[in-house]
Amino acid sequence: MKPSSTQPFRIAKRGALSAAREVQFTFDGRSYAGLEGETLASALLANGVHLMGRSFKYHRPRGVMAAGVEEPNALVGITRDNARHTPNVRASVQELYDGLTATSQNRFPTLNFDLGAFNSLMSTFFPAGFYYKTFKWPRSAWDKVYEPFIRRAAGLGTAPSEADPDRYANRFAHCDVLVIGGGASGMMAAKTAVDRGQSVILCDENPTLGGWLLSDTDVTIDGQPGVQWAATMATGLAAHDNVRLLTRTTGFGYFQQNMVALAERLTDHLATPGPALPRERLWQVRAKRVVLAQGAIERHMVFPDNDRPGIVLAGAAQTWLNRYGVSVGKRVGVFTACDTAYQAAFDLAEEGVDVPLIADTRPQVAEDILAQAEEFGIEIITDAQMTGTTGRLRMNSMIVNGDREEEVDALITSAGWTPSLHLYSQSRGKPQWDAKTQRFVPGQSPQDCVTVGACNGATDLQTALHEAALAVGGKPADFAIADDVSIAGGMIGETRMPQKRGKAFVDFQNDVTAKDIKLAVREGMHSIEHVKRYTTNGMATDQGKLSNMHGLAIAAEMLDKRIPEVGLTTFRAPYTPTTFGTFVAQATGPLFDPERRTPIDGWAEENGAVFEPVSLWRRAWYFPQAGEDMREAVDRECQTVRKTAGIFDASTLGKIEVVGPDAAAFMDIIYTNGWSKLKPGRAKYGIMLREDGFIYDDGVVGKLSDTRFHVTTTTGGAPRVLNHMEDYLQTEFPDMRVWLTSTSEQWATIAVQGPKACEIIEPLVTGQKLDNESFPHMSVAECKVCGVDARLFRISFTGELGFEINVPADYGRTVWEAVWTRAKPLGACVYGTEAMHVLRAEKGYIIVGQDTDGTVTPHDAGLSWAIAKAKPDFVGKRGLERPDLKAPGRRQLVGLKTTDPAIVLEEGAQIVDDPEQPTPMKMLGFVTSSYWSGSLGHSIAMALIEGGRDRIGEKLYVPVPDAEPIEVEITGTVFWDESGERIHG
Amino acid sequence: MARVGTKAATAATKDLIAARTFATAGMRYANATVTLDAAAPAARVSLRAADRGIGVYSRHLGFELPTTPGATASKGSTHALWLGPDEWLILDTKNANAKLVPTRANAAISATDVSHRNVGFILTGAGAADGLNAACPRDLSLEAFPAKTASRTILGKAEIVLYRTARDAFRVECWRSYVPYVWGLLVNGAQDAHL
Repeated sequence: MKPSSTQPFRIAKRGALSAAREVQFTFDGRSYAGLEGETLASALLANGVHLMGRSFKYHRPRGVMAAGVEEPNALVGITRDNARHTPNVRASVQELYDGLTATSQNRFPTLNFDLGAFNSLMSTFFPAGFYYKTFKWPRSAWDKVYEPFIRRAAGLGTAPSEADPDRYANRFAHCDVLVIGGGASGMMAAKTAVDRGQSVILCDENPTLGGWLLSDTDVTIDGQPGVQWAATMATGLAAHDNVRLLTRTTGFGYFQQNMVALAERLTDHLATPGPALPRERLWQVRAKRVVLAQGAIERHMVFPDNDRPGIVLAGAAQTWLNRYGVSVGKRVGVFTACDTAYQAAFDLAEEGVDVPLIADTRPQVAEDILAQAEEFGIEIITDAQMTGTTGRLRMNSMIVNGDREEEVDALITSAGWTPSLHLYSQSRGKPQWDAKTQRFVPGQSPQDCVTVGACNGATDLQTALHEAALAVGGKPADFAIADDVSIAGGMIGETRMPQKRGKAFVDFQNDVTAKDIKLAVREGMHSIEHVKRYTTNGMATDQGKLSNMHGLAIAAEMLDKRIPEVGLTTFRAPYTPTTFGTFVAQATGPLFDPERRTPIDGWAEENGAVFEPVSLWRRAWYFPQAGEDMREAVDRECQTVRKTAGIFDASTLGKIEVVGPDAAAFMDIIYTNGWSKLKPGRAKYGIMLREDGFIYDDGVVGKLSDTRFHVTTTTGGAPRVLNHMEDYLQTEFPDMRVWLTSTSEQWATIAVQGPKACEIIEPLVTGQKLDNESFPHMSVAECKVCGVDARLFRISFTGELGFEINVPADYGRTVWEAVWTRAKPLGACVYGTEAMHVLRAEKGYIIVGQDTDGTVTPHDAGLSWAIAKAKPDFVGKRGLERPDLKAPGRRQLVGLKTTDPAIVLEEGAQIVDDPEQPTPMKMLGFVTSSYWSGSLGHSIAMALIEGGRDRIGEKLYVPVPDAEPIEVEITGTVFWDESGERIHG
Repeated sequence: MARVGTKAATAATKDLIAARTFATAGMRYANATVTLDAAAPAARVSLRAADRGIGVYSRHLGFELPTTPGATASKGSTHALWLGPDEWLILDTKNANAKLVPTRANAAISATDVSHRNVGFILTGAGAADGLNAACPRDLSLEAFPAKTASRTILGKAEIVLYRTARDAFRVECWRSYVPYVWGLLVNGAQDAHL
């Protein structure tokens, strides 16, 4: 469609955009022209379009009301492509760019004709709290009728259909002073701080610094127009090294100890963002002092039919006119309780806009204002009430005092200004009620946080600038300020309404009327927190920026209480809706979590390994050969290890070096078994408990000398085991002379297991004989392997003769290759973690965290032999004495064999003794490990079962959904080589 | 126990000296404000020492260990970084085979070779601090973290040791398995610092 070349409501000579480039954009498929640098709302208004959305509940036609983030109605979807569709964008803040594509929301089929508006006719049936009442019965209707209906009706806009392709960034920053809000007071605070040598971050959600000064064409500071003064201030600040100015940046979260989160938008205003640019950047700022200069938000008037398109806030009309050169109408009425609306009216009149009538609720208006109105020929009605408006998709007239109807195409309203307490409240500051001015204002923040300017309750520029200087320890200076209009005064609550017709909206986005709030109070909601939840007042995406104070005042009047007695709801982060992308920042894909790789990982990849994640590590799971599936590969790997040998990358094992004169004494206290008497050169399996007596970790420990141990831990347990040991060392045994160092990654660990293990490595080893006498099972030696310093263990996690070679990590890959060069011709294989699991399960070796779950003692696990009874103390010794841990009937680790040898049980499956019993059945325990054992020709499993060791030989059952229960026999845990001879070669 | 293998084969393999491979081989990134390089192989010791061990190890090093938080001391290519009240990271950034572990054990110290546990990256350029701050929450202003200071801190979810060697130069030490992640964050940060 051809764009309309004329913008009938554009006043080209007004505002800062006279030199701006004309750009094209579409709204609901129709093309329009606008100016670069204005907002989407401003551009639509320039084209005479007020209708921008439909309300949530009643689907009433709605126009834009506000020029900032408080806008409740004009929520649109902005689409760049299928993956870049952003719903619920406020047209009042979206900057226009060439080619922008916007669509309205919450309507079907079109914005002008919306079937959902039927709800409006039914509004009698949708009062406050209707969903708590309507959907109670019949119960059966909930799943099929009510819930689907509510789900379809709920939610605004549509989510994008593809994954977000944009990049998001994160930055941590520190500063002496963080200023939030770049209006007059914010800039003054920043300038004062930087002049005092402090480092400053100043952020503002708008593209340009200046705040209200950009919208006010009358005020002058030291003879300079406000807008010029702001530009000079901004330029001055930008020239400093220790100032960071962040525009298009919203301070949205205020956390502990002056940690403040800012969202910087970098591309949403660009027609063609460069590919390198992140869309948004999250700033996590730690500030010594935070200065909040967020300003104030204008309130609307609550009167019947106050939601017709064309009814806007007076300050918004002033912004559109004075910043962007757009008039909200040709004939504009005014309804106000505050002086600032007059300024907007006069600005419009100055540009030849017809302003026939100002209705003011107040009995009196100041003389100078009356005089100005007379100059413009504007009629003023004081003590006035608006009793209605007419029009469907756009207002046609305003009705004052029930009988005076005036034709207008727009109405500007102001009920006064609410100090913005959002971040102050998030800082855990308690708002204070000021009875004289009928406002909540900030008190003392518990953090180093100062509020200044309009958000602190200042109503004039001079006061705001004074507060700003004082906030950062500066001296307040007096400026020559002229034509500054005070933002004091106004009203809260609904205007007096002689007639009971028409909806007087308090919360536009959630369609909450004054009547709804009264109903909530009548139905027993006496706290504002209850009123809020019952009516949903203030619970929309704008978080009640316009509605909260009105709602509170109406509830207080109904309750006949003072406003502070009814309370104020707490403000929560985020201040404005914030994208998930901003929170996630760069932490996606490979930067979401570290994927740790061993020095041998590359070899495994080149040799066809399939990988599995084990804690943060990626580990080789199995090595399929051509045509093999997983079970075939694992079977082959296991049987090759048992018959010949296999090599395995065990580098992920946690390793801790325990060093010092008291090393053995410390080991005695941390582990259940004894270490002092262990000879250097020998190794031992150790179990470590928590204080409560449950197994915490296990592993083999080699004693290198009387003062040095090489401790191994489970792969996943390495960091917490080190912390556990360090914790006890520092808090319980600070006198012990022993130190802990993590060496997990210093060493690459190569396990060589199987009958030919010795034959494979023997030629590679120097400095240590490997025969059974010189180097028996459970030995450790410092020697050389392939010419490099190594720690060699004679150790087995398979039940076969085995070694573990530890070499410094950078040698891991070449030593591995040398071992493989020896192993391959002998018929050995490479095996992965799955075969490792099967091999250890065949031997009944437990894996902590799989066969134990934090409620298993060494006795339960069949490891009583690993507890030194003679030791006076160790961590968990007293825990083990607890009566419930000694009681009979505890779950014990046993083996399971299925009657049908081919069935492999599900890990985690529950076990019962009589599958015919009624549900819920008595569960005796569950399967912890379960595998197919190719070496044995049947499946094997381990399970924790009540009194399990006394039940060996019994038949139990594993119930399976939609199938016959599986019969199992309880056995011992060792399935392979019960005598344990093979380990000795 | 089976013992097979001809003498010739045995002799040949025993002579073999395994070659060293490097987790950071070939890594380099540069833009106008940040340059990232893999550091050369270094000798490293994790030193833990009681009070009287400080003198013992200082004599071994030939210079005094620093004893205040964040402090470092250097002589030639040997650097001692204070990490905690009884903990230091000792680096020789030029001689990967430097003997940083004393030959004779001493009851007052624990010196553990971690040369292969860590790898190093070098960041230089005006945007280096901003690039690090993309993922490192530490205050890297010159007032809070001047040249010649070091700290154990985090980069994203990885633990690192950060050593500011000059105004615009940092050394990042991390554990070797974190290399892909840490490198990814460093490049990401360098790109963001350049915007």
